[in-house]
Amino acid sequence: MSDTPKIEEHSVPALVRGVRMHFDKTREEWVLLAPERMLKLDGIAVEILKRVDGTKDLGAIADDLCTTFEADRSQVLNDCGAFLQQLVDRRMVAI
Amino acid sequence: MNTHQVPPPHSLLAELTHRCPLQCPYCYNPLELTKKSGELATDDWKRVLSEAAEIGVIHAHFSGGEPTSRSDITDLVAHARSAGLYTNLITSGVLMNEGRLDALLDAGLDHLQLSIQDCDSESADRFGGYKGGHDKKMALAHEVRARGAALTLNAVIHRQNAENVERIIELAVELDAGRLEVAHTQYYGWGLKNRAALIPTRDQLDRSTELVAQARERLKGQLVIDYVVPDYYARFPKPCMNGWGRVGICISPSGKALPCHAAETITNMQFDNVRDMSLIDIWQNSKAFQAYRGLDWMEEPCRSCDRREIDWGGCRCQAFAITGRAEATDPACEKSPMHDNLSEIAEAESAQAPPPFEYRKIGTY
Repeated sequence: MSDTPKIEEHSVPALVRGVRMHFDKTREEWVLLAPERMLKLDGIAVEILKRVDGTKDLGAIADDLCTTFEADRSQVLNDCGAFLQQLVDRRMVAI
Repeated sequence: MNTHQVPPPHSLLAELTHRCPLQCPYCYNPLELTKKSGELATDDWKRVLSEAAEIGVIHAHFSGGEPTSRSDITDLVAHARSAGLYTNLITSGVLMNEGRLDALLDAGLDHLQLSIQDCDSESADRFGGYKGGHDKKMALAHEVRARGAALTLNAVIHRQNAENVERIIELAVELDAGRLEVAHTQYYGWGLKNRAALIPTRDQLDRSTELVAQARERLKGQLVIDYVVPDYYARFPKPCMNGWGRVGICISPSGKALPCHAAETITNMQFDNVRDMSLIDIWQNSKAFQAYRGLDWMEEPCRSCDRREIDWGGCRCQAFAITGRAEATDPACEKSPMHDNLSEIAEAESAQAPPPFEYRKIGTY
């Protein structure tokens, strides 16, 4: 049985050391860099990760996104949580 | 292929030196190793790193040989990082101390990949041909994690340590590495020379594959495990380099631009040098890079194969090593007429008592 940490509304996500966002000027896109890994980030992923600062919890990140993009909070919370959970599973984000 | 449409590379493997205190008998470096006097100068490397960042390289991997054999390693990491590259140091760790580690991290090193030869010091030091090496590596791993820096362990697997895969995984967890490479030996260079002493049995391979699959599930979110199989037992070839001249470029200690770190084992191939040409010119126009780029070079059965853009024809170095022709279908593929030879070699050699190692040493060849 896996004991992977599960992200919740009060979890505070942070990029782990060795993982950082980078704007690739050649290809004009945002990427998330990690050891031997590179993820291309779409616009939504960039907006989420810009708010992942190691102080805001998932709820606060969702609140901020809802205000900025006038979106439904429960939907945003869900999508954000699912996206960050994938990064937790890949040990790119710690909670 | 129209050279102006060649997409830029993502990764640069900077093989700073062939000098290394370890003598691992499975090293992929060529048998004929470059001496210190033949190495590129600091300024050459800085220019290469700047050019790499300019043309679109994202990851810079510093390797060798042992990259910390060079006293300018910190300077080069700082230069790469300030050019915008993600910096990865691939090291044996035995020349490091706390001062050097701090200097590298201060220079902006993003990630450190530490090789281990086994899970305990006696056998690890025997494989590496360096007494006391394993204990130094353990100490370094602790220092890296004490500083919160990103750590990968890399363990090369062969028949003489394949029984320890489970303990190697445990060791990675104990050391709090974020990532582990369980990489079966690839048979080029010194690895090919020592193949009979290294190639695992099919049972060993199957067991290690199963252990890695279980550990990946159990350790999700805690330890990322990358797994490389020895393709002598495979049905399909590995997508070597994710395609020749497609995403990566390797620079040898003497400045030769290689489409693959093992490409010098293709002894009839000529390589351009960064002392004479810019990196972008080499990437786009060098004959070595164009030789097996894309699909046009392929013969049957690769040319019409529906996996041709999955495995890109497999490995050119292996095709050359086994068939004598680099453009042949990689014998690791079940569609190759030489496919059975490969598994026969593996089964026959792994059934014999292992011969003594021929340790990696500069000046032997």
